[in-house]
Amino acid sequence: MLLIHCPYCEEARPELEFRHAGEAHIARPAGIAEISDEAFEAYFFIRDNTKGIVFERWRHIHGCGRFFNAARHSVSDRFVVTYRAGEPKPELSGEQVAAAAPGGKATPANAAAGVNGKAAR
Amino acid sequence: MRRFSGFALAREAMREHKGWGRQWESPEPRSQYDVVIVGAGGHGLATAYYLAAEHGITNVAVLDKGWLGGGNTGRNTTIIRSNYLYDESAAIYDHAVRLWEGLSQALNYNVMFSQRGVMMLAHNVHDVQVLKRHVHANRLNGVDNEWLDPAAARAFCPPLNISKAARYPVVGAALQRRGGVARHDAVAWGYARAASARGVHIIQNCEVTGIHRGPDGAVTGVETTRGAIRARKVGVVAAGHSSVVMAMAGLRMPLESFPLQALVSEPVKPCFPCVVMSNTVHAYISQSDKGELVIGAGTDQYTSYSQTGGLHIISHTLDAICEMFPMFTRMKMLRSWGGIVDVTPDRSPILAKTPVKGLYVNCGWGTGGFKATPGSGHVFAHTIARDDPHPINAPFTLERFRTGRLIDEAAAAAVAH
Ligand SMILES: Cc1cc2nc3c(=O)[nH]c(=O)nc-3n(C[C@H](O)[C@H](O)[C@H](O)COP(=O)(O)OP(=O)(O)OC[C@H]3O[C@@H](n4cnc5c(N)ncnc54)[C@H](O)[C@@H]3O)c2cc1C
Ligand SMILES: [Zn+2]
Repeated sequence: MLLIHCPYCEEARPELEFRHAGEAHIARPAGIAEISDEAFEAYFFIRDNTKGIVFERWRHIHGCGRFFNAARHSVSDRFVVTYRAGEPKPELSGEQVAAAAPGGKATPANAAAGVNGKAAR
Repeated sequence: MRRFSGFALAREAMREHKGWGRQWESPEPRSQYDVVIVGAGGHGLATAYYLAAEHGITNVAVLDKGWLGGGNTGRNTTIIRSNYLYDESAAIYDHAVRLWEGLSQALNYNVMFSQRGVMMLAHNVHDVQVLKRHVHANRLNGVDNEWLDPAAARAFCPPLNISKAARYPVVGAALQRRGGVARHDAVAWGYARAASARGVHIIQNCEVTGIHRGPDGAVTGVETTRGAIRARKVGVVAAGHSSVVMAMAGLRMPLESFPLQALVSEPVKPCFPCVVMSNTVHAYISQSDKGELVIGAGTDQYTSYSQTGGLHIISHTLDAICEMFPMFTRMKMLRSWGGIVDVTPDRSPILAKTPVKGLYVNCGWGTGGFKATPGSGHVFAHTIARDDPHPINAPFTLERFRTGRLIDEAAAAAVAH
């Protein structure tokens, strides 16, 4: 089970309190009825599904109830950072990525998320 | 390669089984093949076998980054059934079940296909409606499936607790008697052996790291950790890694990869006669011929390539197993593991040509593709050999997510299957 740092509650809590909500930073097209089938497919169905750093949405459903974003390494499952909804996609340093990768010098995953999470705001 | 037969068995028994030899070759990769298959799981190996056996295309390599059958093929709970709701799904999964029925003979390899029946439990009104709808739809498609009341379900599977006081009361069940299980490793080995005997090269520890394309955009080969290999046709059958491999050709896929877990108990004497699935509580159980209970759990909620999942997922499944089968409450679990399953938005696979000429994809089988292994390989080989889909896989396109012509087994089942 993951430990997830909620950037609103400012606390690491067990995954059971959270609901994963898919890839982050996918903007819903304005005028969705007018867009082409290709644009709708890209928005609705196509996903990066990256092996490496993923940007994803979480909702602290059994806590504050709010949506936020996270950067996580999808092989180690270690979080790099969590940040509030509406904030831009963070630029991650090579060290941050290396520390989150499998075999990286972790900094217990979520402790790192907590520290970086504050720094990112 | 020696053919297996009663006579061969007797002969080998006389000489301490020293004469069997290797079951498939491990050749050095050639610089060029007619077809390269990426992924030596059951589906990739079956594709290569049918290319050779049915289409006479034997200059084929199957490449795997690990060992053959080390992906989901060797990690799954081996449930085989074909009682899917939609016509397209019934056609492809039942095509597979019909091939399973003759597979050991066709491959001259015992895949231990056992049609012991797959029973899907209903715990609430919604389940009853969904499963009865499946029963009717399946019968119209010539796929066997029947409705059982709780007493009949218990008669078919005596360990089942049908008490009304149970936490997940059993209010009925749908039974496909032609469903069952097979030995997962034997499926990979059997296809590998039969394909190798027909000249197919199986190359393990050979990761595909790039897909080469010519000036016209068509595929010209692959880059691997063992050098470049030229091929005008490349079939990607990489399960959980499909998005990663397809990205090498610049294609973004309608896929997400999730961990899915399974576990086995200590081996005990035969006590569980069939396969029981409960979609509602995410529990899947059968007993292997070694005597272990084989239990499948649900997926984790987040995408991952970690091949491990959360403990709470399997513990939730075991809670349900203990409620439904109280006699298992004191069984010890020996091992648990995870695989990475590639899930499409409509929970149906993609077996198709792609916008890149010469590139074919067979993916999106998600949590339930083992059962389809022979059928999938059979129609995918046709698609590659003829550069045109077989009628059975024609609906399973990549374009359906643009046209909206989905095969929405996700809505039909609303759970892992
Ligand atoms: C725990 C679990 C339980 C399941 N239970 C069932 C069940 O009961 N019934 C059912 O029908 N299905 C079940 N499934 C699903 C089933 O296992 C899969 O749908 C099926 O095995 C997919 O077959 P495959 O041959 O495509 O995949 P795999 O066996 O995973 O083969 C893909 C291969 O591609 C290779 N590969 C990936 N990337 C590269 C690369 N870059 N270069 C070279 N090779 C590469 C991998 O190493 C792998 O060997 C289950 C899955 C899991 C994980
Ligand atoms: Zn919170």
